[in-house]
Amino acid sequence: MAAKQTAFFNQGRRRFLRLVSEVAGVMALSGLALSAYLKSARHLVATAIRPPGALAEAEFQSACVHCGLCVEACPYDILKLARLEDPVPTGTPYFIARENPCEMCQDIPCVPACPTGALDHQLTEIKEASMGLAVFVGTETCYAMQGTSCRACYMACPIMGEAITMRHFQGSGQMVFQPTVHSAACTGCGKCEEACITEEASIKVLPAALLQHDIGTRIHG
Amino acid sequence: MASSNGQLKRGIVRRNKWLLLRRFVQVAILGLFMSGPYLGVWIMEGNLASSTLLGQVPFTDPFIALQSVVAGHDLATTALAGVGFVLVFYILFGGRSFCAWVCPINPITDGAAALRDRLGFRASVHLSRFVRYGLVLVVLLVSYLMHDIAFEAVNPITMLHRGILFGMGIGWLFILAVFLFDLFVVKHGWCGHLCPVGAFYGLINRFSLTRVSAKDRASCTNCGDCFRVCPEPQVIAPALYPDHRLASPIIASSDCITCGRCIDVCEPGVFNFTHRFDAALESGTARQAD
Repeated sequence: MAAKQTAFFNQGRRRFLRLVSEVAGVMALSGLALSAYLKSARHLVATAIRPPGALAEAEFQSACVHCGLCVEACPYDILKLARLEDPVPTGTPYFIARENPCEMCQDIPCVPACPTGALDHQLTEIKEASMGLAVFVGTETCYAMQGTSCRACYMACPIMGEAITMRHFQGSGQMVFQPTVHSAACTGCGKCEEACITEEASIKVLPAALLQHDIGTRIHG
Repeated sequence: MASSNGQLKRGIVRRNKWLLLRRFVQVAILGLFMSGPYLGVWIMEGNLASSTLLGQVPFTDPFIALQSVVAGHDLATTALAGVGFVLVFYILFGGRSFCAWVCPINPITDGAAALRDRLGFRASVHLSRFVRYGLVLVVLLVSYLMHDIAFEAVNPITMLHRGILFGMGIGWLFILAVFLFDLFVVKHGWCGHLCPVGAFYGLINRFSLTRVSAKDRASCTNCGDCFRVCPEPQVIAPALYPDHRLASPIIASSDCITCGRCIDVCEPGVFNFTHRFDAALESGTARQAD
């Protein structure tokens, strides 16, 4: 009888240990795999721009639930939700300025659509947005820098004359104009990048976090 | 599946009533989401992670919301209200009714189980059904450590739902992986052993009103049809073969997904849908009898 009970107890204990080791094993493996996957897959390429009011990227990851309500609220179908193969964390919203820049709606419908606050509801004035920052990268390619009268970026800018000005100086023999971005006014909408007529845009919008500019008065980056 | 009862008295529709109703509800819910992006008729906006009914009533997945909070985000009121509405809904209709009636992965894994059955695959790797609760902890821990809504990077449920609405890309690979895993590796492997979303809804299930009951268990013929068809067969025995004659016939386990398949397949009609307070009465009499 006693032997029988011991056998039963041992069997129960063995079963229990097996269960614990099984669950613990799967937990350890999946925990490591998930962490490693997150670390490798949660990067945002510099060409992908977040919607207006998006929290800083690190906070955004903990706040965005990938619901796509901002995407559906966008009246111009500019925002996309990242698919698995896109170089953007899966399921998060972004737009590519060169293809489809933000139209800067006065009522910013994407922001109040966000249920979690990943897009900050305090942003009510689209001119206060800081989706990114335009950077002039065309010292050698920009047509205006070569003495033509191209003003594509300047004309496309929704905050014309404030976010981009054409600074002129005497080049080698002729007057040249250089598009100059003013970070305090630029919202990062990407209109300039879309409008640029050089094959590879000579002015590009980049995530503000990549740049050194002080964007103090802007709401988020 | 042929019934072990031999003679089938009920027609094919009666024998599949809840299954058909469930498929209808699954398609209808998907349709409410799809009519917006595909037809421009907006009923449900968003997706299963978070949505808005007619632009008015918010719904937010509680497990995703919890991961967000654990990751360090201060959720906005809309999402919190959305969690509240979802909790109320599932407390009324059964926590894991999400799995059976809403989740788009359910038809995929049901398909794998049916194919397994048809092809006669018996082999299944042993995997404890407790693993999923471990995965709930893992997901929350990784969310906390990585400041990320961890499971949403790999969740096949939202990946499929989002894919249907916003473009699938190679997300199909995840869905295919779940199907193959269920077909070749573990029977009811994903939904019944691994899925932390289902496990989390199971925690809500503890408090839910809607229950399946083996009310007429006296007429059970021990044919085993319910055990064969149930995706969580361990939930049936305590209600169907109780230790005590007067013990409650209500299926109390939080693993029950309230799919109603047992009701469908049972020829003598042992099972029915009811509410938990049926149980309270029954166990009351049981206690008196002891």
